[in-house]
Amino acid sequence: MIYLQLLLSFLQIGLFSFGGGYAAMPLIQEQIVDIHGWLDMEQFTDLITISQMTPGPIAINSATFVGIRIAGISGALVASAGCILPSCVIVVLLAKLYLKYENMDVLQSVLNSLRPAVVAMIASAGISILVTAFWGNSAVIDLTKTNWSLVVIFLVSLVFLQKLKWNPVLVMVLAGVMKLAVAVIQGQG
Amino acid sequence: MRSKKEVLIKLFISTLYLSAFTFGGGYVIVTLMKKKFVDQYHWIEENEMLDLVAIAQSSPGAIAVNGAIVVGYKLAGMVGAVTAIIATIIPPFLIISLISVFYNAFRNSFLISQLLEGMQAGVGAVIASVVYEMAAGVVCGKNPVSILIMAGAFAATCFFGVNVVYVVLACGLIGVVRTIIERKGEKK
Repeated sequence: MIYLQLLLSFLQIGLFSFGGGYAAMPLIQEQIVDIHGWLDMEQFTDLITISQMTPGPIAINSATFVGIRIAGISGALVASAGCILPSCVIVVLLAKLYLKYENMDVLQSVLNSLRPAVVAMIASAGISILVTAFWGNSAVIDLTKTNWSLVVIFLVSLVFLQKLKWNPVLVMVLAGVMKLAVAVIQGQG
Repeated sequence: MRSKKEVLIKLFISTLYLSAFTFGGGYVIVTLMKKKFVDQYHWIEENEMLDLVAIAQSSPGAIAVNGAIVVGYKLAGMVGAVTAIIATIIPPFLIISLISVFYNAFRNSFLISQLLEGMQAGVGAVIASVVYEMAAGVVCGKNPVSILIMAGAFAATCFFGVNVVYVVLACGLIGVVRTIIERKGEKK
């Protein structure tokens, strides 16, 4: 049963994520956090963080990570297969059609309409990640319980990325080191 | 002529290598594939590669996987596609399997948990910066329909908790309708 659920969930992730990179993130969050509760928001954020630091697409990384935790190696294989299957069918079909007609007008137009929506959905997923980082897993925004050190680290990271154009992985590692330094200093104080 | 077996072996090794050492997402791996298969092996022509990349980017799913499928298929049919997929999947599968086994021990260590917590804020910043650039691109396009879609999709997913699958389907439909309207306009 669990294999079927994993397969169906990751089929949807594979089928409905357009645009690569972060585009799969909102779908993964919906399937594995909101609908099935296989990971909580904090674990999901860790997963995204780990995905950023290791090679491989976020969707495949998530399939492996969730699959193994829920149903071992076979779970990981089932989830990964589910994630890839729609791509296989659609890419091969499109390649055939393309070689035949060399016309992708409708497809281009569909993509043009999807792109702004994908941006919006990534923004929503990013907001849930930040809410979890700043206020913990309770999902209740209580300003008195804000983790201010993480808010500051977030703002500093933004400056490094936007103004200084640093490499994202480097900025993430730096953010981790800053938090560790704060924790050590607070521990001594 | 090169033998099919030789093509498959070279395809397997080069996709495995690209997948293991490519950090930073699908667009990067697609560029590296072009370097390998167009510039180095001369197996695919430059223009054709651009079209194949377009197909990889227009299809749903991870771009790295789609790129591997389309290149593998072009070079050696279905066998080539399967070979390329397996090679692309192996590196992330192994790495994440290892990490997930150690994740709990990892998370319970004070040092690592503090690092991960800080990195959550860092990844939030990375996403914010990516979103800012992408949204600026949409706004600069000055297409009112696109801007409306972006605002609508944001409200739907962030405030009303609408399932993202429905958002994708609705926007795909809008795209089809837009093409039909444009074509009718051209006829008149």
